[in-house]
Parts: sequence; C-alpha cells; structure tokens
Amino acid sequence: MATLSIALTGNPNTGKSTIFNELTGIRQKIGNWPGVTVDKKMGYVNHKDRAISIVDLPGTYSINARSPEEQIVIDYLLNERPDIVVDVVDSSNIERNLFLTLQLLEHRIPVLIDLNMMDEATKRGLKISSKKLSELIGMPVVETVGRSNKSTRKLLDIFTSTVMNSYQNSELIEKHINAVETIRAGAGEHDIKEEKIISLRYDLIDKIIAVIVDKNGVASTTTTEKIDRFLANGFIALPILLLLLYGVFEITFTWIGQPIADFLNFAINTWFSGIVDDALSTIGVAAWLQSLVVNGVIAGVGSVLTFVPLIFTLFFCLSFLDGTGYMARVAFIMDPIMRRAGLTGKGVMPLIMGFGCGVPAIMGARALDSEKDRMISILVTPFLTCGAKLPVMALFAAVFFPQNASNVVFVMYIIGIVMAIIMAKVLTVTTFKDKQSSFLLELPPYRIPDMKTVLLETWDKGKGYLVKAGTIIFAMSVLIWFLSNYNLSGPTDEMTESFLAYLGAAISHLFTFQGFDTWQAGAAVITGVVAKEAVISTMGILYNVGDVADDTVDAANQMMTALGGSFTALSAFAFMVFTQLYSPCVTALGTIKKETGRWKWLFFAFAYTTAVAWVVSLLVYQIGRLIGF
Amino acid sequence: MAIVVDKNRLTLNRVHPGSSVKIEYLEQSPLKERLMSMGLVPGTVIKVLRSAPLGDPMAISVRSYNLSLRLNDAEKIIVAPKV
Repeated sequence: MATLSIALTGNPNTGKSTIFNELTGIRQKIGNWPGVTVDKKMGYVNHKDRAISIVDLPGTYSINARSPEEQIVIDYLLNERPDIVVDVVDSSNIERNLFLTLQLLEHRIPVLIDLNMMDEATKRGLKISSKKLSELIGMPVVETVGRSNKSTRKLLDIFTSTVMNSYQNSELIEKHINAVETIRAGAGEHDIKEEKIISLRYDLIDKIIAVIVDKNGVASTTTTEKIDRFLANGFIALPILLLLLYGVFEITFTWIGQPIADFLNFAINTWFSGIVDDALSTIGVAAWLQSLVVNGVIAGVGSVLTFVPLIFTLFFCLSFLDGTGYMARVAFIMDPIMRRAGLTGKGVMPLIMGFGCGVPAIMGARALDSEKDRMISILVTPFLTCGAKLPVMALFAAVFFPQNASNVVFVMYIIGIVMAIIMAKVLTVTTFKDKQSSFLLELPPYRIPDMKTVLLETWDKGKGYLVKAGTIIFAMSVLIWFLSNYNLSGPTDEMTESFLAYLGAAISHLFTFQGFDTWQAGAAVITGVVAKEAVISTMGILYNVGDVADDTVDAANQMMTALGGSFTALSAFAFMVFTQLYSPCVTALGTIKKETGRWKWLFFAFAYTTAVAWVVSLLVYQIGRLIGF
Repeated sequence: MAIVVDKNRLTLNRVHPGSSVKIEYLEQSPLKERLMSMGLVPGTVIKVLRSAPLGDPMAISVRSYNLSLRLNDAEKIIVAPKV
C-alpha cells in the first residue's frame, strides 16, 4: 500500500507541534522549505502495517498568503494534495481557530478537524459538541487532550481508517462559499472586498459557535489571567523577569552546564588526550602525525565539545520557558525597550540565545515578523558574549584584573549588549529605514511544557554546534596546526618562525593604536575567526604555556607570566573589547549567508563588526591612556 | 493639517483596563487585515486586560484568547462602550 500522507495545519499555540512530536518522536527530519527560511518538519511512523508520513506545516492564523509561512501552507495543500489534512484546533480558543478552518473549506480542501486541548476547554467551562460541529460543516471531527500520549496515539487509528473523499462541504458551507465568491466577483477594491469576506467568515463562525458551544459556567477569570496579574503586570513583572533569566544563567553556567563542561574538559583534554598520546608513542607513528592528532585535532575539537553542555543546558531552559508560554510575556514586557533599538519584543528570544551560541540565535531570527527585524537581529547578534567568548574573557580578566575579574567580565557583557543596541538603532535609521515593523502577539495560555517537544527543540537548536565541532573545527584545527608548525622551508620546531607567526605579525600592525600589536595577538585574532575559544588556545601555544585548558586558576598563573610581558592591563582590556566585538566565527558567518541567502551580508557582517571592534578598542585604549591607566 | 477630534470617538488605546468595549470599525493601517483575520471585526467585544509594565504595548482579551498590540496600532481601532 502506498504511504499515507498526512499534513498538520492549524494556528500557532494549538499544540500542533506537540502532536507531531508525539506521533513521530525522533523519526523526524527538519529541513527548509525551498527558497525560504522556514522550518520544514517531516516525520515518519508505521501503524498497523501502514507507512505514514506526516508533515508539520507552519502554524498560521490564516492562509491569505501574506507571509512566507502562509504561502507555504496553501501551496503545499493545493499542490501536494496530502491524503488527510488535519486542522488542529485549540478548543479553548475555538472561535479564532475556526477562521483558518473556513478558509481551508473555501478552497474545497477536506479537513479532519482535531479539537485539541479539550481538557483546557472543559476546565474553562466550555462544552463543545464535536458531533454538532461535524454535522454543521460536513467534515469529520475528533477530540484530543493536550499532553496525553494515549489521546494522541489514537489519531493514528483515525488516520488509517478515515477516507477523506467520502466527506464533502455541508450546504451551510457551500452557501458561505457562494457568498464569498459573489463578493470577490463584484465591483470594488481588492482590500475592501477581502475585509468584507473576513467579516462574513466571523459572522458564520458566530453562528456555528452559538450551536456547538455551551458557554454556561464559563469562569470569568482564567488561570492564565491570574498568573499574568503577577508575571505581566505592574512593576513587579520586571524584577521577576530578571530573576528568571538570572536563574537560567545560573543553571547554565553554575549548577548544571558548567560542572558537566569541566568534567568533559578533563575527560577529553587530559584523560583521552593522554591515552591517545601514549598509544601513538607506543605504536611509534611519526612525530608530526602524533602532534597533529594530539595538539591539532583532539585539542581543537575538544575545546568546542566542552561547550556543548553549556549550550544544551541554556537551550533546554529557553525551550522549556517557551513551552510554558512565558516567552510571549517576555516579548510583551520588553517590547518598548527593544522598540527603542529599532527591534520588537519578539526579538528578545533569539538575542538571549545569542549568549549561548550565535548560530541558533541567528537561525532563531526566523521567528520574527518582518524582513527588517530579521536582518537587524541577525546582524547585531555577533556582538553578544557567546559561550565561546566567555572563557577568553574569564581568562584575561583573571590574569589582568584578579581583584575584579567577575566585574570585568560583566563589563564585557554590557559592552556587547550596548553595542548591539547602538548598532540596531544605526542600522534601523540607515540601511532599513523604509521598512515597517509591527508587533501583534498572541499571549497563549500558560501550559506545562511537553517534555518530548522541549527535548526535541533543544536537540534541534544545539546540534548545529556538534556539527560545527565535527566539520569546520576539525578542518580548521588541522589548518591551524599546519600554519603554526610549518613555514616555507617545511616543518619548524620554532613557532616563532611559522606561517602563523608571519601572518600574525602582518596583521599586528593594525593594532598599533590599540596597544596589542604583537604577532601573538595578531595570530590569536586570526584563529579567533575560526572559533572564538581558539583565541586562548592559540595564545597558550604561542606563549608556550603548555596545556592552558587544564583549569582556569593554574592556566591564569601560567598565562600571567607569559602575557604580562606583552600586555599591560589597559591593552589587555582593549584586546578583550576587540575580541568581544569583532567578526563572528566562520560558523556564524556561514549561518548568516544561509539565513539571508546573500554573500553580501556575510561580508558585511564580517567587515562592519570588525570595524566597530577596531574603533571601540582604539577609543578604549587611547582614552584609557589619557586618563592615566 | 488640522486634526479634528471627534469627542464621541473612542479609540482602543484609551480604554481603561478591566473595561469591555465593542469594535465599531478599524481605520486603514498595514495591520488592518491581520487584525481582522485574528477576530477583531466590527461588532466584536474586547476586554482590555492591562498595559505592559513599561506602559506599552497593551493586552486585550478577544474571542476567548489574549492578544497584545502596541498603543499606536490600538489607536486605529474605534470602539464604543459596551451597553
């Protein structure tokens, strides 16, 4: 039998993706719709010897084809003609959800209506008759409850036993379609006619609701409303927001993420590296190969892998908060601040991700409404202190500002945030001044997040980092190892005579006015474009400190002696500022190219961030000298 | 251009939290079609829930869900007190 094709449609926040995840689990593939940066989610499942493919179409409120998402939904349904189109409806919010249903029926697309979140509707005192709804519109209607595996699995039985061809629009719907077509064919401006049709749809929805929903006993105040009186109301909302975000960072950098990262660091860079080193010595491979494997590949890839726990922990926390509905409140609370910088409240979420890793943060900008918001968010994300910049900042702060290390790191975070805000504003008034941005955001009901969905999302956002470790960093580690161990006359034991030293010396002249015009700093800046964390490992190698990654305190002591000669506190500070702000790493640059579709933006992102970093670090150094540091 | 202020004209941004109003009509704006698609059509009852902690945007309850919109967009929605 041929594969049964299912398409899930529905409004955002209806639990549609949870159903998709529940049905397909890890048997899903996330890709891109051709030509646009919208996730395409496909999943596969076998049920009763039947192969079923499920596509999770983007959640949309309508299919007016005004946005890429809406265009995808309508194109897919009309061109691909899936066997069953499931319209997932949030029962507690059935009125607005039926708008999309009516539009689908107007296109004569038969739909299987899934009244989801029935439990929530009942809790709110709504009694909905699925039988009456089915009779009124002529389509099959099923009920499911949110976050129930059993209730969702039952859908598979329904999929395999439902023949959509046997259903057709009821007379009521056909009459409605006639009325819509009469307006379309009539005289008048396109927009005015469309508005009339929208009103017509809600007229019909009101009639349907009057028949199928019994609103007696509806609670006047919902639980969500009670929670919002705390979390989204008055001035208490701001401290709560800060506290929650602080909690997320504590979990990531202190409680869970960092301890695992420290352990991994030990496991890879000391234990595993040692075993491999001994093994290679025993076999007696060439010294250059041993050096390549141990100092190049293991050290390079290992340095990236140790950040994986941090990044996954942060994304888990953010996906969890998103699943509760709180992230919409963050957007609601932060909108006026973001607006001043030329962004909207919705831009907060991708920017917070930027403190973990710029790559998913740049991809997260997809969720924003307008082209302008997406572009600005993508272009300012690189200024933020990502997980890979943090160890650079921590080490330099520990070496040069031992009394105030954490304050100095904090100042670096602030400099990154302030530059992101300033550049967002500058980009708004220069490059994107004609583009509109708007803010219209549903505040969904608070829900307990579905763990499967949270974990799948965490994996989806974080896996890019693993891929980076396995591909780009692997290749670049080899390249940097080569550059630092060879010169024109072949292998060299003196790194001071390597390609990397020459390159570093060549670009170090750029930093004459910043106070760090040494070839080591120049070389570190080059490798930092590959991956920010490479700044430290490069300096460690170039200053011959040995294994600096072992632990921060020891490394700081070693670095102190080594760096003390070439940096003053002020030039070290200027170097930190430069590292904080200059070009995103190659993986982030690649993501910018992918998300914007243009090489132009990759080069722009590289050039303008580096220019900003150069100017700001110059100002820091020169002003610092003037006032006597 | 002189701005004519119609005393009887009440816009959504001026409605106090806790009050319910009925939509009279929507002025032209880039958001108009989206607002209408999301259920804000003439005749619909809206309850104003609150302003965001920093004053803008505002949160409303419409057709049993909650929506937030900026005050300058709410200004394009002409409402009447619910009788």
